Amino acid sequence: MINPAWALVFALVAPVAGGLVAGIDRKITAHMQGRVGPSIFQPFYDVGKLFEKEQAVVNETQTFYAICYLVFMIFTGALFFAGGDLLLVIFALTLAQIFLVLGAFAANSPYSYVGAERELLQILAYEPMVILTAVGMFVATKSFNVSDIAASASPVILLLPGIFLGFLYVLTIKLRKSPFDISTSHHAHQEIVKGVTTEFSGPSLGLIEVTHWYEVVLLLGFVYLFFGFSPLIAALAVAVVYILEILVDNTNARVRWQLAVRSSWLIAAVVGLVNLAGLYVLSGGI
Amino acid sequence: MQLAQLLVFLILFPLITAVFVLFARKGLERGLIVKLSALAIGVITVGLLLMTVDKGALQVQGLPGEPVTLLMFVVEMLIAVFILYLGIVHRKWLVVALILIQSAMMLYFELVYAGSIEVASNLFIDEFSNIMALIIGIIGSLICVYSLGYMKFFHEQHPEVKDRQNVFFFMMFVFLAAMFGLVFSNNIIWVYFFWEVTTLCSFILIGYTKTEEATTNAFNALWMNLLGGVAFAGAILYLAVLGNGMLGLSDLLASGKVIALVPATLIGFAGLTKAAQMPFSSWLVGAMVAPTPVSALLHSSTMVKAGVYILVRLAPVFQATFTGYMLALVGALTFLIASGIAISQSNAKRVLAYSTIANLGLIVACAGIGTYEAIWAAVLLIVFHAISKSLLFLAVGTVEHRIRSRDIDDMTGLIIRMPKIAAMMVIGIAGMFLAPFGMLISKWAAIRAFIDAPYGFVFVIILAFGSAITVFFWAKWMGKILTVTTDSKNIEGEVDRHEWAVLTCLAGLSFITTFVFPVLSTKLLEPFLLANYGHVALLSQDNILIMMMMLVLLVILPASTLLPGRRHRHVSPYMGGRTTTQDMRFSGSLGIQKKTVLSNYYLTDYFGEAKLRVWGIWLCSALIGIMAVAAALREVLP
Repeated sequence: MINPAWALVFALVAPVAGGLVAGIDRKITAHMQGRVGPSIFQPFYDVGKLFEKEQAVVNETQTFYAICYLVFMIFTGALFFAGGDLLLVIFALTLAQIFLVLGAFAANSPYSYVGAERELLQILAYEPMVILTAVGMFVATKSFNVSDIAASASPVILLLPGIFLGFLYVLTIKLRKSPFDISTSHHAHQEIVKGVTTEFSGPSLGLIEVTHWYEVVLLLGFVYLFFGFSPLIAALAVAVVYILEILVDNTNARVRWQLAVRSSWLIAAVVGLVNLAGLYVLSGGI
Repeated sequence: MQLAQLLVFLILFPLITAVFVLFARKGLERGLIVKLSALAIGVITVGLLLMTVDKGALQVQGLPGEPVTLLMFVVEMLIAVFILYLGIVHRKWLVVALILIQSAMMLYFELVYAGSIEVASNLFIDEFSNIMALIIGIIGSLICVYSLGYMKFFHEQHPEVKDRQNVFFFMMFVFLAAMFGLVFSNNIIWVYFFWEVTTLCSFILIGYTKTEEATTNAFNALWMNLLGGVAFAGAILYLAVLGNGMLGLSDLLASGKVIALVPATLIGFAGLTKAAQMPFSSWLVGAMVAPTPVSALLHSSTMVKAGVYILVRLAPVFQATFTGYMLALVGALTFLIASGIAISQSNAKRVLAYSTIANLGLIVACAGIGTYEAIWAAVLLIVFHAISKSLLFLAVGTVEHRIRSRDIDDMTGLIIRMPKIAAMMVIGIAGMFLAPFGMLISKWAAIRAFIDAPYGFVFVIILAFGSAITVFFWAKWMGKILTVTTDSKNIEGEVDRHEWAVLTCLAGLSFITTFVFPVLSTKLLEPFLLANYGHVALLSQDNILIMMMMLVLLVILPASTLLPGRRHRHVSPYMGGRTTTQDMRFSGSLGIQKKTVLSNYYLTDYFGEAKLRVWGIWLCSALIGIMAVAAALREVLP
């Protein structure tokens, strides 16, 4: 059931793929804003430069949390691509995310502290929908294993249209895109200093960037699962979804966290209830 | 009858210890008795496990039931007179009314029906009782040992409270005896007796300090639990009158839903009060005025666990009934609402209290659903919650003595100030909400169970939201502890060795149980489920392996920081360009030096206690009402 080879492939290929996605993201964003934009390899140059810098820290524990964040993100992604249990993937993802939050708390700095609290608010906002996504997958395919879900012949997207839309909504939070880039953002102009990453610099900031690349690949893997019945459509869907996210990112200003939490919860509750109840009725539950 | 002797011994031994402790003259004597008894109780519960494992449910016959039952009745009446007296002295008329009703019911039962009722086996043991006995015997006695150190400091810090430590330890051991009795009894009258004893014990322990607040809260706990007691007595009367005197738990479970549903609902109601489910949650929050080991005992191994124990026992009756779904909904809503309230609390003990209420809610939800998967999740939740919660309470108790505050915001930088205790606390918190620790495994099992149950999606959605909320309030507490405040000094000093030993044991237990839980599952839970439901629930080998890998990673990574590493250049945190000193002071306007103070988010506008509690009380009361009507209707209509 679990295929360690794929775990290894993920660990090696994901940072390259994730970095390229970030480069393409910047290129498309630039075009949307009427600029030429940097080369699509720019993220690699940037991160490479971070690793050349001197490591300055507020205290030594920060580096430890950054490393844990990376290690558990790789673990999570490896588990996903090896075909492991989707719920376990989600729990491992939360664990990884908590390490980033703890790193921000550990610095004892006002800006990173606010960033940490806001990161927790983001988790509060997206977690229900992410769990319901896994539950929906189980109801649609009768398995929690990513390997079974991806290989399932049933058109998951047709069974879970509501849950798919709900997932897209919180995906914006997870990708740190406007309007939900509440704890930190890729854009220089709109975050509270640098939120959760304020006190990370040099190599440890580089680690966090690489971790984000891993995470993006993992999240796009989630999108793939909705279309697992046809790899071609799935690849297309992943591309369309990401371009849509870039469009949303560039056409929206950041909202307040209250709106982010409220709207994500409302959507999770409504689509979760309607979609899961619908499936329950369809399967002859009542 | 070796087994019978062992079970009776486990019930009587703490009682004898209690009497000895009551009359021990010096602190030294008391310490010795408590430690030796705790060790003995722990060893015997493990011995009992080794003796009865793989043997299934064993009924103990041939005990002299009648004289014992009579003795219990006499003790019950004495307790009633005692409570009546206190109720009148303190003018708590609700308590007086409830105890009168309850005693009248039991008196009527004793005079009219008791003579004609014969229960074949009064005691029994099965895998679930074994698990409960381990929790009571190991965690309960550890808490008693911890109290030795704690109570000494407590009376040094609170000279205004009269030193009644002998009464304190007496009640603690009586509590353990009553809990053993409760989980080993098959005779429902016996269960009821031990049930009432736990109510009395908690009442006296909550009111230990005799301050006005403590007395008020103790009576608050008393009337709610007495209300449950009235329902319990109602169940006994119902069984005597309409159930042909069927007063054995095993008979009741075997009799099917037709007869059992109404009494099970009544006992279930008693379980809800004891497990502090909404609308009865306030007694457990109020119980926080007691010394911390009492809270630890009430929350982890006794009292509230008695409530969920009886609900899980009766789960086969509730399975797939409307009443069962209503019960599950009460639990699920309590889980959601209590978790939400926990966000808004800054007092560490109140956060722990609401988290307990929430987790008990989850267990109740599982019991109400009552499928084999749900029961698997429920028992796992009981086990892991007991360990993590006792660890957390005791760690908070130790910290409280040192920093003289229970406020989470005052725990900033605890990892620098009290590194060892802070590490224990972090393990406890991680055990409550992070993979791969036990509570998360249990939540995972609960999600699986809910999906497979009819109408389960409603519960899955509630669980998804509740578990996101849980992450929020635990993580922000953890962050507070792990904040590195460079200017703080280590003030840990010499932690009392009793406290330290117990904390280490509990922290070790949270790791060990996570490692050995597959064995726990195959050796104890699966036989229990197979015997009661004909199915077993299990995790796949792959998943267990992956969780073990995560656990190993979590042990290795922090250990790696101990290796000698490169020191890095240290800089001050970013303060918007202001000059800041190393201890985070900056010059404000007019050149005044100010210290940066960081506080957690409590979101009181959204998760405030006042607002959410009202919702919880009304919603859950309504559900309990519907539950009762549904059970009664099923009785009337064929």
